Amino acid sequence: MHYCPGCGHGTTHRLVAEVIDEMGIQDKTIGIAPVGCAVLAYNYFDVDMQEAAHGRAPALATAVKRLMPEKFVFTYQGDGDLAAIGTAETVHAINRGEKFVIIFINNGIYGMTGGQMAPTTLEGMPTSTSPYGRELDLMGNPLKITELVANLPGAYFVTRQSVHTPANVRKAKKAIKQAFENQAKGHGTSFVEIVSNCNSGWKLTPIKANEWMEQNMFPFYPLGDIKVDGKLVK
Amino acid sequence: MAKIVGDIVIDVEKCKGCGVCVTGCPQDVLILGKEVNAKGYNFVVKQNNKCIGCANCAMICPDAVITVYRAKIEE
Amino acid sequence: MMKELRLMKGNEALAEAAIRYGADGYFGYPITPQSEVIEYLMAERPERRTGMVVLQAESEVAAINMVYGGAACGKRVMTSSSSPGVSLKMEGVSYIAGAELPCLVANIQRGGPGLGTIQPSQADYFQATKGGGHGDYRMIVLAPASVQEMSDFVSLGFDLAFKYRNPAMILSDGVIGQMMEKVELQPQRARRTEEEIIQECPWATTGKPATRGHNIITSLELDPGRQEKFNLKLQKKYKEIERNEVRYEEINCDDADYILVAFGSSARICQKAMDIARAEGIKVGLLRPITLWPFPYKPIKTLAQHAKGFLVVELNAGQMIEDVQLAVAEKVKVEHFGRYGGIIPAPGEVLEALKSKVIGG
Repeated sequence: MHYCPGCGHGTTHRLVAEVIDEMGIQDKTIGIAPVGCAVLAYNYFDVDMQEAAHGRAPALATAVKRLMPEKFVFTYQGDGDLAAIGTAETVHAINRGEKFVIIFINNGIYGMTGGQMAPTTLEGMPTSTSPYGRELDLMGNPLKITELVANLPGAYFVTRQSVHTPANVRKAKKAIKQAFENQAKGHGTSFVEIVSNCNSGWKLTPIKANEWMEQNMFPFYPLGDIKVDGKLVK
Repeated sequence: MAKIVGDIVIDVEKCKGCGVCVTGCPQDVLILGKEVNAKGYNFVVKQNNKCIGCANCAMICPDAVITVYRAKIEE
Repeated sequence: MMKELRLMKGNEALAEAAIRYGADGYFGYPITPQSEVIEYLMAERPERRTGMVVLQAESEVAAINMVYGGAACGKRVMTSSSSPGVSLKMEGVSYIAGAELPCLVANIQRGGPGLGTIQPSQADYFQATKGGGHGDYRMIVLAPASVQEMSDFVSLGFDLAFKYRNPAMILSDGVIGQMMEKVELQPQRARRTEEEIIQECPWATTGKPATRGHNIITSLELDPGRQEKFNLKLQKKYKEIERNEVRYEEINCDDADYILVAFGSSARICQKAMDIARAEGIKVGLLRPITLWPFPYKPIKTLAQHAKGFLVVELNAGQMIEDVQLAVAEKVKVEHFGRYGGIIPAPGEVLEALKSKVIGG
C-alpha cells in the first residue's frame, strides 16, 4: 500500500477487508473509492471496485445498490471528498436512506494534494492553505459532518471511531461489522467515521501524530456511537 | 498451570518503520532497528522473548507486517 | 403484429422508449424543456412495468455519477437534461469516457450561454461533439429530427454505447422535445438478467466470483507512459467509430445546385425552405447529419464537387459550419444562417439567407 508510515488508512482498509471476509460476502461486495489519499483503494480490496470522481462516491453507490439490491456496497471517502466537494451527494444519499455503508476517514487535512485545509481542519490548525492556522472569521468553521448526517432520518447507524490503539482498532472493527450487518438486514445508511492521523500533513512523527490526535482531534470530534438502530444516542 | 506464549514474524520488507506497534506492545518486545529495508525504512525488530501473543502489534500495524503465533504450554 | 402508434411529446417518446428498450435505470434532475422525461417515467411506474430504477437525483452532477455507477455494473443506464444541466454533467461524462463505460445522455437544448432561455437552441453542438468535459475523448452524438427519432435513437444510442463501451448522447432541442407527433413504438424488450450482463460485460463490477480477479472501473493512471497508451487505444476506438457509424440523410441532393446542411429541428425548417425553393425553380438539396460525431465529412465532400454553395443552418452562431467547412475545404462557398437564444427561423428566412448569402452573394 502506498500510504505514509503509520497512516490509519492501512488499518482501516484491513478492517473493512476482514469484515467482508468474515461475512463471506467477497463475491457480492462492490466498493467505491474516492479521490484523495485513498484514490487507489481499488487496488487493495480484492472485490469489484469503482473509482469515483471527487466527492461523488455516494451517487455511484446509490445507483449500484438500487440496481443490484442484493449486493453489498460501500464507499470509502476522506474528509475533503465527503465533507467538502461531495457534501451534497453525502447528505442526500443518507437522507434518502440509501442502503449502503460509508467509511469516512477524517484527518482534518488534504493529504494527497500536500496538506491543504480541509472542511474538518480544526481552529488554529496550520495547513498549507491556512499557514497561520485556521482563522474562523476568515476560513469558516470546521464541519462536524458526522453529527450533521446523524440527524437525517435516513441514517440508521452513525458512529465515530479511531484506529490508533489496539483497543480502538477492536472497537472500530466492531462498528464496521455492525455497518455491514445493517446493510444485510436492509436498513438505511450506516456511516462510520474514523478519526485518523496525517503524519505527513501534520508534519509529525506517527507516534507524535497519534498523541496530537488524542489531544486535539478527539475533544472536537469525540469518539463513540452517535446514532444506533435509527435512534440518536448522543 | 497453562501458560500462553507468543511469537511474531515481521515481514521486514513491508515495514515502514512507523513505530505504532512499539507503543502498542505491552511487553516492550518491539523496537525500531538500526538496519533499513529496501524501501529505506528502519524496520521494527524484536528485542526480547517476552511476547504473550496478544496480537496488539498486528492489530495496530497499518501495513499488516506482523504475523502473531500463540501457543498454550502446560507447566 | 399491429403497429403501436401513439401521439406523444418528444420527451415522452424518449422516456417510453427507454422503458421499452429494457433500460435498467434513469437518473435525472428537472430542467425546462426536458422535465417531461422524468415526469413521464415517474408516472409510468417503470419499476412495476419492467423493474427499471428511476430516481430524481439531488443535482445533475449526482445524476450523471449515478449513471457512472450503474454503467460500471454493466447496466443500461441513462440521464437527460437541458443545456445548463448538461454542462454540470460534463465532469461525469469525461470520467465515463475515461473509464470506457456505455451510457446514454440526452440533451434537450435551450438557449445560452449561462441560464439563457428556456426556448429551443442548438448552441451545444461544440460541447457535444468537441469534448465538453476535459481530456481527449469523444461521445457518439445522435441528432433526432422527429418524435419518432427521439424514440428510435434510444435503442440506437444504447446499442452503439455498448458496442464501443462509450458514452452516447442524443442531442435534441426544445422543439423536438416539446412537440407532439405520431410515433411508432418499439415492442417491449426484456431487461437483461445478471447472467446476461456478466456475459455481455465481463468487465463490469457485478461482484467478484472466485473464478476471476477483481474488476476495477477507473479512469486513473499515474504512469504517463501507460496513460498515453490508453489514450492511443481510445483514439483507435474513435477511428473505428468514425469508419463504421456515420449516419446522415440526403434529400434532393443528386441534382442540387445548393445544399442546406442542418441537423435536428433546423433540418425540418430547411426541408420546408427547400420545398419552397424548388417550387421557385432553385435546385436545393438538404443534407442532414444524423450522427454529429462521427460527422459525415465524406458525403459533404462529395457534394462539394458538384454543388455551387452550401448554407449551414443552425440555431446557434455558427458551430457545425466549422465541420462543413472542413469537409468542403474551400472548394465552394459555405455560409451560415442562424438564430439564437431561443428564436426559431421561418423557412422563408432560410430561403432569404440562401439567396442573399450563397446564391447572390
